[in-house]
Amino acid sequence: MPLLEIRNLKVEFATAKGPFKALDGVDYTVEGSEVLAIVGESGSGKSVAMLAVMGLLPDTATITADKMEFEGRDLRTLSTQERRKVIGKDISMIFQEPVASLNPCFTIGYQLNETLKTHTNLSGKGRKARVIELMKSVGLPKPEERVNAFPHQMSGGQCQRVMIAMAIACSPKLLIADEPTTALDVTIQKQILDLLVQLQQDSGMGLIMITHDMGVVAETADRVIVQYKGNKMEEADVLSLFEDPKHAYTRALLSALPENADGDRLPTVSDFASEGGF
Amino acid sequence: MTKTSSVDTAKTTAVEKESRNATKAMLVEFWYYFSQNKGAVLGLALFVLLVSVAIFAPLVAPHHPDMQFRDALLSPPFWEAGGSLTYPLGTDAVGRDILSRLIFGARFSLFIGVVVVTIALVGGIVIGLVAGYVGGAVDTFIMRIMDIILSFPSLLLALVLVAILGPGLMNAMIAIAIVLQPHFVRLTRAAVMAEVNRDYVVAARVAGAGHFRLMFKTILPNCLAPLIVQATLSFSNAILDAAALGFLGMGAQPPTPEWGTMLAEAREFILSAWWVVTFPGVAILVTVLAINLVGDGLRDALDPKLKRS
Amino acid sequence: MFRFLIGRLGLLIPTFFGVTLVAFSFIRLLPGDPLDLLAGERGIDPERKAQLMAQMGFDQPLWHQYFDYLIDIFHGDLGISFASKKPVLTEFLTLFPATVELALCAIILAVCLGIPAGIFAAVKRGSVTDQAIMGTALVGYSMPIFWWGLLLIILFSGILQWTPVSGRIGILYYFPQGTGFMLIDSLMSGQKGAFTSAVSHLVLPSIVLATIPLAVIARQTRSAMLEVLGEDYVRTARAKGLSPFRVVGLHALRNALIPVVTTIGLQVGVLLAGAILTETIFSWPGIGKWLVDSISRRDYFVVQGGLLLIAGIIMLVNLIVDLLYGLINPRIRHN
Repeated sequence: MPLLEIRNLKVEFATAKGPFKALDGVDYTVEGSEVLAIVGESGSGKSVAMLAVMGLLPDTATITADKMEFEGRDLRTLSTQERRKVIGKDISMIFQEPVASLNPCFTIGYQLNETLKTHTNLSGKGRKARVIELMKSVGLPKPEERVNAFPHQMSGGQCQRVMIAMAIACSPKLLIADEPTTALDVTIQKQILDLLVQLQQDSGMGLIMITHDMGVVAETADRVIVQYKGNKMEEADVLSLFEDPKHAYTRALLSALPENADGDRLPTVSDFASEGGF
Repeated sequence: MTKTSSVDTAKTTAVEKESRNATKAMLVEFWYYFSQNKGAVLGLALFVLLVSVAIFAPLVAPHHPDMQFRDALLSPPFWEAGGSLTYPLGTDAVGRDILSRLIFGARFSLFIGVVVVTIALVGGIVIGLVAGYVGGAVDTFIMRIMDIILSFPSLLLALVLVAILGPGLMNAMIAIAIVLQPHFVRLTRAAVMAEVNRDYVVAARVAGAGHFRLMFKTILPNCLAPLIVQATLSFSNAILDAAALGFLGMGAQPPTPEWGTMLAEAREFILSAWWVVTFPGVAILVTVLAINLVGDGLRDALDPKLKRS
Repeated sequence: MFRFLIGRLGLLIPTFFGVTLVAFSFIRLLPGDPLDLLAGERGIDPERKAQLMAQMGFDQPLWHQYFDYLIDIFHGDLGISFASKKPVLTEFLTLFPATVELALCAIILAVCLGIPAGIFAAVKRGSVTDQAIMGTALVGYSMPIFWWGLLLIILFSGILQWTPVSGRIGILYYFPQGTGFMLIDSLMSGQKGAFTSAVSHLVLPSIVLATIPLAVIARQTRSAMLEVLGEDYVRTARAKGLSPFRVVGLHALRNALIPVVTTIGLQVGVLLAGAILTETIFSWPGIGKWLVDSISRRDYFVVQGGLLLIAGIIMLVNLIVDLLYGLINPRIRHN
C-alpha cells in the first residue's frame, strides 16, 4: 500500500471572472521513504495539489478526486476534526517564505512547543526538552538561547530550519516541502536541501519536494512528476528523466536551464512550445 | 531647426494624446471598481439627490423655511392623527413647516462641508508639502504644531475657537477647518516623503524643474488618492461637528434652519412632540451616511493594496 | 524598549509646552480683556481695574505672564472659577470621576462588542452577516450622537419608561461619594436599590458614548483581521493542525490587535469630545458638561484649565498606548 495515493484530482477556484481550473485530473502516488519531486512553472498547480491534501485551500476551491488516501484512510470523507489530527502530525508541510511563515508575535520556542502540545501527550518538561532536541537536529546553534528568540531576530535560513523542526516534531510519515529554498540565498539553499535529504534518510519518511528548479530535482529526488497548466506531462525516475525526457514539455523545461543560454539571452519554455505542440 | 521643432511638436501631441488616453483608462478602471461597491453607488445616488434638493430648495420646499403658521403650532406629521399634508412632516413650536426647514437646511450642511473641506484641504496640502519637501527644522516645527492641535478633542477645540471668534456659522466653519486640517498635513507630508526620492522626482529635478513645479506638478498628483479619501471623511465630519456646535448653541444661530440648531431648539419638546426632534437627526444621519458610503467606495477603488485581493 | 520610551517622551515634552501656550493664549485672544469679562455688564471702575490687573499680573509683559503661568501650572494652580469661586483643579477633580466612569463603561462596551463583531465579520467575509455587521457599523460611525441620545431618551425614558432621563442616581439616595464612581459608591452604601438606580442612569449615556468608538473598533478589527488572515503564518498555524479557534483567536488576533490597540487609544479623544455632547444631553455632572456650561457662562479660567488638563490626559493616554504597542509588538520591543 502506498503512503499517499491520489487518483484524478481536480481543483477549481471560483473567481470574479468565472471558474478557474487549477488542476485537471492528476494522479499522485508516494511510497513511504521515497523522495518525489513535483516540477513545474508557476501556475502549473503543483502547490495546489498538496494544499488540497493538507486541506489548506480557501473556501473558493472545489476539490474532487476518485481516490485520495493516506495510509489507506480516505482523506475525502475525513471530518475537519479528524483531519486536524493527521495534519501537522503524520503529514506536515513547510513553505516558500520561512520568515513570513512564522508568527512574528510568538517566540520560536512557543511555536515549536505548540505543535507538540497539540499532537503529543508529552509533559511540559518533556516538550521543553524535545524542543531543544529538535532545534539541535536541524542544526540551529545555541538552542537554549534561541528558544526565546522571535522570528525577526533570525535569518531566513534559520527560520526555515525552525519550520523544518516544527514539521518533523511529531515524526511525520510524509513531509511536503513547497519550494523550501526559493526565498533563500544560494549558499543557504544547499544547506537546507542537504538537511532535508539527511532527515528523510534518517527517519525514512516520505518527502514531496515541490520546486521549479531542475537543480533541486537532480540533487534530491528519486522520482519526478512534471506538471504544466494543471496537467501531468510526464512521470519518471530521476535518472531517466534527465537522460531521456519523453515529453516535449520536459525537454523544453530542461533546455531552458541557464547553462543552455545562447549568447546573452536566456531561453524560455515558450521558445520550445511550438515544436512540442503542448 | 524648424524641421526638428515640428517633429518635436508632433511628438508632443502624440505624448499628450497618450497621456490623455491613460487618464481616461484610469478613470474607466476607477469607475469599474467603484461601481462594484453597491453601497458606494447608493451613497452617491443619495448624495446627488441631496445636492439637487439643496440647489432647487425654493422650488421643492412647500413653504418658506421661516414662515410661521400660527394656527398650526406643533402639528404632527401627516400620517398621525391631527396631521395634514399641508405640513408633511409636521410643524415646530412656532408653526414652521419642518420639511421646508430640512430642505433649506441641506443647503447649509453641504455648504459647511464644501467650505470646511476646501479650507482644510488647501491649507493642509500647502503646509504638508512644505513640511515634507523642505524637511529639517521646518518639518519638525510644523509637525509639533499639528501634534498640539491633535492633542485636543476636536469638538472641544472647535468650541474654544468659537468662544474666541464668537458664535456663528462662519466662525464655526473656520474652527472646524482648523481642527480637521492636521490630518491633511500628516497625509500630504507622509506621501511627499515617500515620493520625494523616487526616480521620477529626481529626473524632474535633474531636468531643471523649480521647487514649486516639483512640489505641485510633479509630486502632488501622485499623493492625491489618500487625500481624496480623507477629504470625503472630513466632509462628513464637518457636517457632524457643525451640527454638534449648532446643537450646543455655538454654531449657526436661530432662526437659521441648520439641522443641529433645529435640534437644539427642539430639545424641550423631546417627550411631547417626537417629530420635531426626530427628523432633523434623520437628515443629518442620512447625509453623513451617504458621504461615508461614497468615502468607503473611494477608498476601496483608489487603494491598490485592496484591489488585488 | 527604554530608548523607545525616551524617544516618545522627547516628542511629548515640546508638545506639552505647546499645549500650555495654547491654553495661555486662549484667555488673551478672547475679545475684551479678562477683567471686563469678569465684571460683566455692570462694568468696573478704572482704578479698581488697574489694581486688579496688577494683582493678577496682567500688566506684565506677555513673556513674563507666560512664565508666571507655567510656574502656577507646576504648582497645581490653574486659577479660580468665577462661578463657584473654587480652584479650577479642585472642581475638575470632583467632576472627573463621573466622566471617567462614563468613558470607561463606554470603551469597555465598545471593545467587548467591537472586537468580536470585527473578527466575526472578517471570518465570514462577504456573507450576509458580514454585510449586516459592517452596515450597522457604518450607521454607527455616521451617527450624530447628540441626536441618538435624544432618540434613546424618547424611546426608553419616554415611551417605555425604563430609564431615568438625566443625572447619575435617583434623588432618593444619598450616600458619601468616597471613590467618585457612582457604581462603587452605591454598592458600598448598602442602600437598597441604589446600585440598580446608578446602573439605570448609566446605561443610556454609555450606549450613546460607545456608539462611534464601537463602530470604529469593529471596522478596524475587521480590516486588520482580513489582512492578517491572508498571512503565511496563519497558513502555518492551520498546517500544524490547530483548531480554527486557536488559529483565528490566537495566531491571527494577536497580530491583528497591534493596529487595533492604537485605534482604541485614539478613541480617548473621541470619547472626551463625545462626553461633551453626551453629558450635556443626559445632564451628567462630568467635565464635559462643566466645560460647556463654563463656555456659555464665560467662566474662562475654567475653560483654560480644562483645555490644559484634557490635553494632558490625552497625551498621557497616548503615551501609555505607545508603550502598550511596544509591549504587544515584539518587533518594536527589540529594535
